[in-house]
Amino acid sequence: MAGRLPRWLVAITVAVYAFLHAPLLVLVVFSFNDSKFSAAWEGFTFQWYARLLERDDILDSLWVSLEVGLISTVVSTLLGTLLALGLARHRFRGRAAMESLLYVPIVTPEIVCGISLLIFFMFLKNVLHIPVVLGVPTIIIAHVAFNISFVTVVVRSRLEGMDRNLEEAAMILGADEFTAFWRVTVPQLWPGILSGALLAFTMSFDDYVITSLVTGPGSSTLPIVVYGMVRKNIEPSINAISTIILVVTALLIYASDRLSKPTALKP
Amino acid sequence: MMELRRAWLRWLSRHPSLRAWSVMFPGAWWLLVFFMVPLGFMFAYSFMERNVYGGVEAGFTIEHYARFADPLYMKILVRTVVYALGCTVASLLMGYPVAYAISRSGPWKNLLVFLVILPFWTSFLVRTFAMIFLMRDTGLINTTLMGMGLITEPIEMLGTPAAVMAGLVYGFLPFMVLPIYSSLEKLDPSLLEAAEVLGAKPAARFFRVVLPLSMPGVVAGSLLVFIPALGSFLTSDLLGGAKEIMIGNLVQNQFTSARNWPFGSAASFVVMGVVLLAVFAYLRSRDDDALAGA
Repeated sequence: MAGRLPRWLVAITVAVYAFLHAPLLVLVVFSFNDSKFSAAWEGFTFQWYARLLERDDILDSLWVSLEVGLISTVVSTLLGTLLALGLARHRFRGRAAMESLLYVPIVTPEIVCGISLLIFFMFLKNVLHIPVVLGVPTIIIAHVAFNISFVTVVVRSRLEGMDRNLEEAAMILGADEFTAFWRVTVPQLWPGILSGALLAFTMSFDDYVITSLVTGPGSSTLPIVVYGMVRKNIEPSINAISTIILVVTALLIYASDRLSKPTALKP
Repeated sequence: MMELRRAWLRWLSRHPSLRAWSVMFPGAWWLLVFFMVPLGFMFAYSFMERNVYGGVEAGFTIEHYARFADPLYMKILVRTVVYALGCTVASLLMGYPVAYAISRSGPWKNLLVFLVILPFWTSFLVRTFAMIFLMRDTGLINTTLMGMGLITEPIEMLGTPAAVMAGLVYGFLPFMVLPIYSSLEKLDPSLLEAAEVLGAKPAARFFRVVLPLSMPGVVAGSLLVFIPALGSFLTSDLLGGAKEIMIGNLVQNQFTSARNWPFGSAASFVVMGVVLLAVFAYLRSRDDDALAGA
């Protein structure tokens, strides 16, 4: 088939793939460049990676990011999966309202979401005198709020492709609804839940805009520290930390791909 | 215990709505309290008076929305919409051929789709930095051109409209490719054979069969690119700088240095308004498609 494509189309396609991937390759290559200011190749070095280890702020922020990422992923995956189950499996009053509630976070720009949460937290603190401290808890609340909908959409699409007969068969064979749910629905749904969780984790781990608005002193996530480095715009250490982030993300995607395959019932 | 469980299930089966809501309650509550209520606060703030220390004073005014008639802010709004539209058109022109090529690539299909999805999982901040690394004065493009002796002074790329546009397209192009690819994938090849048998030339087969049938993908992709481009903050912040601010930067600025919360809130709702217009236009076009299909 490939031979039948006109040459100009192949050329455009190659150019677009280069546009998508070459900048990142360049970034990775130059993380090993032995020159502080220039983008000319001056020899191989690991010094920018070594430099990262000397910076406590990077390591601290990595832990904050992991903490926020893991907690918000667990909470949003749980809540999002439950929402998907309700939407896909039940008839109920208020469906239109629930659907809109679900899609608002998906279309709302990050900056709007972040600012509105900031206003909300400040209102709780200054007007209602609830002791809200901006920091890890507020970041987690925000991340769960923007992740739930994405998890729901992913899990729901998996649920809709599933065979309901299996659950009914289990119930005919004597399982009650809880048992059928745990022993039949959940194992089948697992790949969907995993991809929802992975999406939630990457979005949480990567988020700068919302986090920067609802964070406080002393609780910087990795993207906040990286943003600061990008702003100062000098050291190739940014290339090094970027490379590490790229490699870890790639491994995560690969792992999730491997994990979700054996459990799939259909090819 | 078993008895209780059965009683609970019996009760739920008599109240289907309650059963659904008991499952959905925690998620719905979170979205309501930590998403809708804050948006509500923001909407209310956009009509209140400014407090110079940050925050608002009680009162009602539409002056913050009226400020968008000021050429300074009008310019930012227009620039934002133009950039978002430009990014959508550029992504379409680049993304359609790619989606088409993937759908005809046989054994390469999975790999090519994976390579389009990969950037989506990659840190947006890192990808934006990759653009900076290419375009800054000491970046790869300038260094290479100077090394080749083509230029003597670095070309100033950061802070220009071109840099912001490049960053936006780089960031959101994958969102265009995937929906178009999936609608091309569903296209029945026998339709093309039929067109060929009936004497349609390749161009006619494309414009009269393929393109119309892939329109749902084009429309969905355009929406998926337009919305984040419209609300983008990082791209214009890092690649555009002070000269090329978009409305997202204006909003952020009102809550940090300018300390004008009501105006920042109003600006947010102007963005939300444009987003909702785009979503409604999308839903209308989808419904029209459904009607046309029936």
